[in-house]
Amino acid sequence: MNKIVAKKQLSENVYRMDIEAPLIARERRAGQFLILMVDDSVGERIPLTIADANPATGTITIIFQTVGATTIKLSKLNVGDSIAAVLGPLGKPTSIRGENGEAPGHIVCVGGGIGVAPMHPIAQACKAAGNKVTIIMGARNVSLFVMEEEMRTIAGENLILVTDDGSSGRKGLVTDPLKELCEAGGVDEVIAIGPPIMMKFCSLTTAPYHVKTTVSLNTIMIDGTGMCGGCRISVGGKTKFVCVDGPEFDGHQVDWDLMMKRMTAFKPIEAAAREHVCNLYKGI
Amino acid sequence: MTPKEKMAIPSQAMPEQAPLERAHNMNEVALGFTAEMAKTEASRCINCTNKPCMQGCPVAVNIPGFLAKAADGDFAGALAVIKETSLLPAVCGRVCPQEKQCQKFCTMGKLLKDVDKAVGIGRVERFCADYVRENGLGDKVVCAPATGKRVAVIGSGPASITCAADCAKAGHEVTVFEAFHKCGGVLVYGIPEFRLPKSIVQHEIDGLKAMGVKIETNVCIGRTRKLIDLMEKDGFDAVFVGTGAGLPKFMDIEGENLIGVFSANEYLTRANLMKAYLENEADTPYWHGKRVAVLGGGNVAMDASRMALRLGAEKVYLIYRRSEAEMPARKEEVHHAREEGVEFLMLQNAKRILGDEQSRVTAIECLKYELGEPDASGRRSPVPIQGSEFTLDVDTVVVAVGNASNPLIPATTDGLEIDRRGNIVVNPETNMTSIPGVFAGGDIVLGAATVILAMGEGRRAAAGISAYLAK
Repeated sequence: MNKIVAKKQLSENVYRMDIEAPLIARERRAGQFLILMVDDSVGERIPLTIADANPATGTITIIFQTVGATTIKLSKLNVGDSIAAVLGPLGKPTSIRGENGEAPGHIVCVGGGIGVAPMHPIAQACKAAGNKVTIIMGARNVSLFVMEEEMRTIAGENLILVTDDGSSGRKGLVTDPLKELCEAGGVDEVIAIGPPIMMKFCSLTTAPYHVKTTVSLNTIMIDGTGMCGGCRISVGGKTKFVCVDGPEFDGHQVDWDLMMKRMTAFKPIEAAAREHVCNLYKGI
Repeated sequence: MTPKEKMAIPSQAMPEQAPLERAHNMNEVALGFTAEMAKTEASRCINCTNKPCMQGCPVAVNIPGFLAKAADGDFAGALAVIKETSLLPAVCGRVCPQEKQCQKFCTMGKLLKDVDKAVGIGRVERFCADYVRENGLGDKVVCAPATGKRVAVIGSGPASITCAADCAKAGHEVTVFEAFHKCGGVLVYGIPEFRLPKSIVQHEIDGLKAMGVKIETNVCIGRTRKLIDLMEKDGFDAVFVGTGAGLPKFMDIEGENLIGVFSANEYLTRANLMKAYLENEADTPYWHGKRVAVLGGGNVAMDASRMALRLGAEKVYLIYRRSEAEMPARKEEVHHAREEGVEFLMLQNAKRILGDEQSRVTAIECLKYELGEPDASGRRSPVPIQGSEFTLDVDTVVVAVGNASNPLIPATTDGLEIDRRGNIVVNPETNMTSIPGVFAGGDIVLGAATVILAMGEGRRAAAGISAYLAK
């Protein structure tokens, strides 16, 4: 179960893995995520988005960045190794414009950093439902782009690359072209996935234009099925659980500052754990 | 012996770890009777004619029957009597609220005018189960010839374990689906090691496996597979839903989303299931609270406050809006919590939680209450005293005010009838839901209840399933 069948390092800290998970590959829809454990005795449960799935081969694709103890351990696994526990697909699938009777329109997908990975199946589904899809990909520099070719396949010439340092595409932030597109008009929906700060500013950018803005959140969670409540956030003044009410929410309603603070709850402990794991691997 | 002579036998005290020692370790608090103590305690039963204890037991265990065998030192025989009606005696002996069930009605307690002097039925039950398990005396369960019918059991808590065991005994091919990486449900994520050692739960799961039950962890029915697909595509003839009351309730007060506020589920799951207390081994962090407020008065609130002490808290307040007499927690847990140093703040309730500029908890503002008229539950309802606000400095708040039904299965299963509280509606005799062949039991039907009630439900559903499959 959960055998790694392919592994590729995409950049210094970003990895792509294809994993045998036929049940998840069969059921998953765009927007859903999984929870995995590298060690099912004393390991931790972490949520990761599903970047791709192939029901025919029974495999799913994850793309992850080594940010903490578990993702570092995960990155050390190789083809042929198995991941101790993989649970999914979790969360509600994305509601894709055009799939439920409404007319297709123009959707702008904004992916920041490895947020492009979870954006991939969503952009694919948007395209398949007949929408015009514009994709804005942003990263600090060119080496941090993932899935550029896959995204180009979907968006064609409507793929806009933005880097902080101008090493690829436009120099600046994803909100720059986003604002221009909103200004030009005709945008029916914006879907933004990336670091919380990026999603917050995308939401702030689109708000004056009243463009529907969907964001996909990845908060701290344990079970992923609504049992612990650790992932809770405030949306429009109401408490919501990211795992079962989300992971997608109206970006204009999310209390971003509270959410970002909640994500730092265990930061000092996580940093110590990361240090510990790094030292372990240094010794090998 | 005459009843009078039996009345003179001293009730046996449960050996326990010393309070201040145990408050800093995860080992079981109650150490269990010796064989001699178990025999002596069991011999206090006067075997009265109308057996009121059995009426107090939700599954009507033949209590005088097993006590008679235990008094003779036939502990395996005693356990066999218990197992006629209860599948999980090692668990129930530890977690049942005996003082509200069997022992409440015990004639010995009445004669001595003190419910605490009733026969220690739960403690003898626990001893019999532990004795048989530890000495490997359990009979191999004999399953009926294979029926060729397949039953899916969703969840692996007490209701599901019982339903799976009974279905396997009846000769059905059973598969248990558990969303977590480990089986046991609330017995492993919720109830702490110091109250229910996980090896006991594992023993029950191993027992299921020995009976041929297949266990599929990391499968969330409703998400990984739809319930209906189990029947329509995967060839299961019946399904049991035992997904429990796993949706934490919050107080809906200001500050509840601050950092340092946890549902009891999260707080306990980190420590129990994820083993966060093994700080140098576990990857899951726990919250290093020094001053902890726990809101609620049930067993979960007791578990959370006692866990806080074990995780290094210097001060733990248990804040409950009614008085101690109304507390739903098991009496022994209340007693243990107090002994270990939990400070009980009764007739008080949280009004709001205060935080600093980093949104971390700094204090909790409470309001004092007094008891008014009895409410719908028969308990005197607490009435706030205007202007009685006061503030406690805390860095952690654990909300333990109950759980609602987990909505995942109903939300992903068309045609499954639920009531207004989200509980699955079942036929009270068979536990079948509105969908033929789909059964449910435990907290997903009852709302948050007890292990023994869940077990009783699992058992009734298994009987319902066998009857349905025989048609």
